[in-house]
Amino acid sequence: MKKLQFPLCLRVLFLTTVASISGISLVQEPVRIGFMDPLSGAFASVGASGLKQIQFATDYLFNSRGGILGGRMIEIVPLDNQQSPTETQIQFRRAVSEELRIIFQGNSSAVANALNSAVSRHNRRNPGQEILQINYSAVDPVLTEENCSFWHFRFDAHAVMKLNVLTDYIAMNPDVKSVYIIGQDYSFGQVVSDTTIALLQEKRPDIEIVGNEFHPIGQVKDFTPYVTKIVSSGADAVITGNYGADMVSLARSIIDNGLDIPVYTFYAAYDGITATLGADGKNKIRLIHNETSNPIPTEERKEFIRAFKAANPNNDVTQPRITNALSMVVAAMEQTQSTDPYDIALALEDMRYTTLSGEEIWMRGEDHQIFQSLHISVHTDEGVEFDADNSGFGLFSEYHVPAEETIVPTSCRMRRPRR
Amino acid sequence: MLEVFIFATLNGLVTGLLLFMLASGLTLIFSMMGVLNFAHASFYMLGAYFAYSISTVLGFWPGLIFAPLIVGVLGAFVERYGLRRVHQSGHVAELVFTFGLAFLIEEAVQFFWGPDTKNYQSPEILDFPLFTLFGQEFPAYRGFMIGISVMIFIGLYTLLTRSRVGIIIQAAITHPNTVANLGHNVPFIFMGVFGVGTALAAIAGVIAGPVLTTFPGMALVLGSIVFVIVVIGGLGSLAGAFIASLLIGLLQSYAIASDVGMPDLLNLLGLEFDRSHPLTDLWTLTLPQIAPILPFLLLVLVLIFRPTGLLGKREQ
Repeated sequence: MKKLQFPLCLRVLFLTTVASISGISLVQEPVRIGFMDPLSGAFASVGASGLKQIQFATDYLFNSRGGILGGRMIEIVPLDNQQSPTETQIQFRRAVSEELRIIFQGNSSAVANALNSAVSRHNRRNPGQEILQINYSAVDPVLTEENCSFWHFRFDAHAVMKLNVLTDYIAMNPDVKSVYIIGQDYSFGQVVSDTTIALLQEKRPDIEIVGNEFHPIGQVKDFTPYVTKIVSSGADAVITGNYGADMVSLARSIIDNGLDIPVYTFYAAYDGITATLGADGKNKIRLIHNETSNPIPTEERKEFIRAFKAANPNNDVTQPRITNALSMVVAAMEQTQSTDPYDIALALEDMRYTTLSGEEIWMRGEDHQIFQSLHISVHTDEGVEFDADNSGFGLFSEYHVPAEETIVPTSCRMRRPRR
Repeated sequence: MLEVFIFATLNGLVTGLLLFMLASGLTLIFSMMGVLNFAHASFYMLGAYFAYSISTVLGFWPGLIFAPLIVGVLGAFVERYGLRRVHQSGHVAELVFTFGLAFLIEEAVQFFWGPDTKNYQSPEILDFPLFTLFGQEFPAYRGFMIGISVMIFIGLYTLLTRSRVGIIIQAAITHPNTVANLGHNVPFIFMGVFGVGTALAAIAGVIAGPVLTTFPGMALVLGSIVFVIVVIGGLGSLAGAFIASLLIGLLQSYAIASDVGMPDLLNLLGLEFDRSHPLTDLWTLTLPQIAPILPFLLLVLVLIFRPTGLLGKREQ
């Protein structure tokens, strides 16, 4: 990042010089974007890695190429919400007082829901000073269903879409006769559990749900007692929506206790997780996610990843959707030549955008939900060009579902503000 | 059912003994200085991180020896140059000092090691199942954890009750002035106890790091439980801390292993609620679901019915 910032400073310096000589003001106000995620506490690793990615994408794609909207730079303002809904309210007030009009947020659906209602309330009371919520990762369906909002856009497939694909995949495996579901005890964990049970019932009624366990989020020190239960239940597979420390500890315990069954997850990779799993987790751990991991489809995205690795040797591009979200927001700004959230929101609706992977993704206007192909990848060291955590291990995508097949109907009845 | 019970007991023992390693140092320090060291769990985290760094170069075993030494010396320095100066301003200042120290250590760990989980692995030599019972494996490393903890408990107990050093420490706790008049360097004893206490926490960190994963939130997750233990056990009571550690370890483990909950209770009473009931979350609550917060429930109960803790001698 240093490498990129240096010429940037020079350019600003150059522009100021030119401006002062020619007498016109060329240095324009930066476009400021808030990034609200846990940057300290138990889930700091995920938030901090997301921040690095958005900062890099900003510099690499826009600032180093002369900025956006005819020369304006993008500035990312980190807001540490410690993944707590309470702290989120405080940080939201800070964002308001700092006049941030766009807030990126991804970790925890509980936080996303809190932010969603805070944003809606603020926007209702302060017309003309609206704030836009860019949700790049919180996958509780409710955000684009009952609680959908004109000011909220989701750039990740929601839990039901992901579980649709995941249960299809599990249903194809005749060896799986019984599954154990374990998850964090809050909205997202509950959705994963309820949806999985309903979908499996429909697709493979013969599969028995031998366990359906919830644990307090971020509170469990040791998952061994849970794993003991899984073993004695005789399950053939484990499904979990855990992430961060809860995912690592769970996977660690599964491996340490010699439990040799497939584990289907949402988030069991990167930020130290892949390195911790290492050879023990090979061909055992699977993830459902958007944007293919290895093999990477286009040279453009490979180039992006290489540049990121050069700037951040200890991090990985864990969430390409952050880049997609940022690029689409910028595209909306360019299209409308405006940084006003209302204009951006209108432009984002039904936008079709081609990502660095060469795939056209679609933001449905009805509920502000993104649609793109979904993939199931396995934790392995074979065929992995871009590894995770510099461990030699990474994700290899082995099952693909095109965007059209992931489309689900929505119950969203959005209240649209009038201008 | 038997297998679940046996493994729940073993798991509870591992957790309980691990908690005891932290609680023993904390309670010793409390009985000496009358201050609850909020940064205690942070030293546990430091132990894990130092051991991780050492293990990447020299392997696991040197880490087991050197990391606690480094942390112990660090702890002694904190007492000598931090706590002792703050001590003059009273207990509140000390409390605030250790509170701030905990934040400082967490930030320092994030600064030097980064926020992501570290790949700290248990030694390969212990990478086999100790025994297999009813198709379940019990990892040798967990056996090793039990062994180390028991050894430390016995060592500490013998040191405090049978050795000359122990007698001086015990005397310094209750009669510091008399001990000083007898020619012993009481401030030095305090520093030593603080150092050993933090080193004990570090050992816990070293052996827990590979199992409970090494990440910057590890102090936070364990820290609150350790306070619960010393309060339940009775502030300043080593034996009380031991009982409370095992109690909480086993309680959590059994709660997770159990499969009972509100639905069973309601069935027993012959009541029934449908899922649309406003309190449906309450009626469907199960014991495993609340297992990790049971210690806090126990804390409340102990504070109500026996405020001095199980073996506490604190005067009313």
